[in-house]
Amino acid sequence: MEPIQSATGALSASPVISATGLTKRYDALDVLRGVDLDAHEGEVISILGASGSGKSTFLRCLNLLEVPSGGAFNVLGEDVRFRMKGAERQIADARQVNRLRSQVGMVFQNFCLWNHRTVLQNVMEGPVHVQGRNRHEVREEAEKALDRVGLLNRADYYPSQLSGGQQQRVAIARAIVMRPRVLLFDEPTSALDPELVGEVLKVMQGLAAEGRTMLIVTHEMAFARDVSSRVVFLEKGTVRVQGAPQDLFKGGMDERFDRFVSHFSRQG
Amino acid sequence: MDWPFLFATAKTLLTGVPLTLRLAATSLCAGFVLAVGIAALAGSRFAPARWIAALYVMLFQGTPLLVQIFIVYYGFGQIDFLRASFAWPFLQQAYWCAVLALSLNTSAYGAEIIRGAIAAVPAREIEAARAMGMSGLLLRRRIIWPQALQYGLANYGNEAILLLKATSLASVITLMDVTGLAYRLVSKTYRSEEIFTVAGLIYLALTFVIATGVHLLERRLTPCRQV
Repeated sequence: MEPIQSATGALSASPVISATGLTKRYDALDVLRGVDLDAHEGEVISILGASGSGKSTFLRCLNLLEVPSGGAFNVLGEDVRFRMKGAERQIADARQVNRLRSQVGMVFQNFCLWNHRTVLQNVMEGPVHVQGRNRHEVREEAEKALDRVGLLNRADYYPSQLSGGQQQRVAIARAIVMRPRVLLFDEPTSALDPELVGEVLKVMQGLAAEGRTMLIVTHEMAFARDVSSRVVFLEKGTVRVQGAPQDLFKGGMDERFDRFVSHFSRQG
Repeated sequence: MDWPFLFATAKTLLTGVPLTLRLAATSLCAGFVLAVGIAALAGSRFAPARWIAALYVMLFQGTPLLVQIFIVYYGFGQIDFLRASFAWPFLQQAYWCAVLALSLNTSAYGAEIIRGAIAAVPAREIEAARAMGMSGLLLRRRIIWPQALQYGLANYGNEAILLLKATSLASVITLMDVTGLAYRLVSKTYRSEEIFTVAGLIYLALTFVIATGVHLLERRLTPCRQV
């Protein structure tokens, strides 16, 4: 596995992820209608929006789990290459995509741990088998990562023996041992019982404080307001408004955003 | 009850066990290899490949095994090019005819088991692996196949037991397996009730051993699964 270029001064000035005019359409349904977003090193970006606004699709496009129908897209300084097959856009270079994916960590709503492997094996899988790193070094790092999310004592458990919150923390550990340049979170707390949300958010808050680059699709308004450095509000497949959380949550910047937020606080 | 006769019968019939096991084991292995191929066709992106697999499965699941054995044993000898081919030395022997028919038959069922087991691997676990940069053989080897093995093992063990019992049909094309020996003994002594009961007990013991083996293997492969 060839390592990608390490962070240099020149590279960190350019965005880690840059999407320009990203579109996604399923048959007759336009999910994304041209989203522009640059994520710079160290930014913590919360992506908010009602369901159907395209926020999850957008995040999945960033990891090429969905192939965007149009628009340009640059990850870690590399333009992602596409090719046309008929009217459909496809990934042109599968190896490029695999290389980029191993640098972009993803945490899913449903944890998606591998049920046939223990917690420790789940965490070690990527670094050992995708990145080809030394097993002993990876083991140490994996144990450190598990310790960080407070689950080192569960290393030999199987995912089915853990609570949802614990599984999600393992999933976060699994993502960070890949030493990703950016972490994507797709509604990481939406599938959790309310009393388990806090433990996951706390871990994420710790990661943000470390200066990691993170993009988070979430419905946790307090988290978006207090932890992120930028809030992006999607509506109908485009960026309706974005800005610093303290400006946006003050209110008065965008009527639709204010209504969206008040809806949530009423519920909460 | 005539114990001495029963013991003598058991002693005779047990000499057929190696042949019964050889038929079952050979057909199971050859059938598995075929099954993997058919399952691969069934999961192919190309529609014609999927049609071939579907036709194959339909053909062998939709006709009786006994008929299949007869076609191979009596029918293949009528086909000139088969008689001229390298396969003829094998197809002249009843043993290889039985193995061929059993293998083809079990492969159709096996292919369905494999296809189902692969389909049972949760899509989101595969997605999580892809999101990490896995694809192709690595993804299959590390994520898909190990899980499919867990899901499919019990069913395949069941198929192995069915196959073992199906080998008794080979006795109709002259093979002296457990059933063949039992039949010959009956024609000599006319004590069919006792002899076939002993034969049945032997099959029962064999299937018990297989079932226990599969169960142990399954326990080993799934250290903990609370579904």
